[in-house]
Amino acid sequence: MAETLAVGTILPELVRGPIDRTTLALFAGASHDHVRLHIDSDYARDAGMGDVFAHGMLSMAYLAQALRSWAPQDRIRRWNVRFTAITPLYATVRCTGEVLEEIEMDGERALRIAIAAFIDDGTRTLAGEALVAVV
Amino acid sequence: MIDRDKHIGQASEPRTVEVERGFLRFFAEATGETDPVYFDDAAALAAGFRALPAPPTYLFSLNMAVPAKIGAVLDPVNGMGVDMSRILHGEQSFTYHRPICAGDRLTLVTTTRDIYAKKGGALEFVVQDTTAHDENGVLVAEMESVTVVRNG
Repeated sequence: MAETLAVGTILPELVRGPIDRTTLALFAGASHDHVRLHIDSDYARDAGMGDVFAHGMLSMAYLAQALRSWAPQDRIRRWNVRFTAITPLYATVRCTGEVLEEIEMDGERALRIAIAAFIDDGTRTLAGEALVAVV
Repeated sequence: MIDRDKHIGQASEPRTVEVERGFLRFFAEATGETDPVYFDDAAALAAGFRALPAPPTYLFSLNMAVPAKIGAVLDPVNGMGVDMSRILHGEQSFTYHRPICAGDRLTLVTTTRDIYAKKGGALEFVVQDTTAHDENGVLVAEMESVTVVRNG
């Protein structure tokens, strides 16, 4: 919970996966994201990608679960990520966070949290920040 | 190359989408969600939500459920006509003003804020903002998406 988070805290990691073809098929259907690079191996190969790979938004959904494990959803004010590497099939995704500082934002106190996702070989796939209100 | 003069500043048509309870549960299952707040109405109410809440990234899915035509990256007639095989997701952000819950009817508008190239045009970046307003016209949430187009 947000009130127990202090600047400098390394937050508990959340791990999801491994991501297989079924994961991608189900996520495509559930998220309305039908980009064929994620669900059709023939299409992905023809596009020069080798094989299907995970939606960036699947990893961001995992990061959202990590965020929520640290603070209630209604305290999350805004957050952003950059997708810094592709998440391949069979990857396990590890979501991390660290409280950077407490700031004043729109008349309330908020924590600025560095967030990231990594895959098995240590490649960072997502990186960004979240602003979570302290109530 | 995408026509910057045509598309920067261009807003999509408004699209109205209902937040469907069944799809929220499907999304929770498909993402390995374990918190009953995202599956069980009673748990959602006990946690203070009006109904099953949409998870933090769900606005992106709502936007995909009712894709824009005007100004859309992939739309060949009314948008930029980029081939689906050449796109990657570059960046994504969300800003929330109040929770989105099952049963909400939201109106989405997507506006292209910027288009820029890197690596001599081998990569183009399309920056689009999407707003979600409820039936009373109140701004509920916003997101920014950066789509990368591979021209190489």
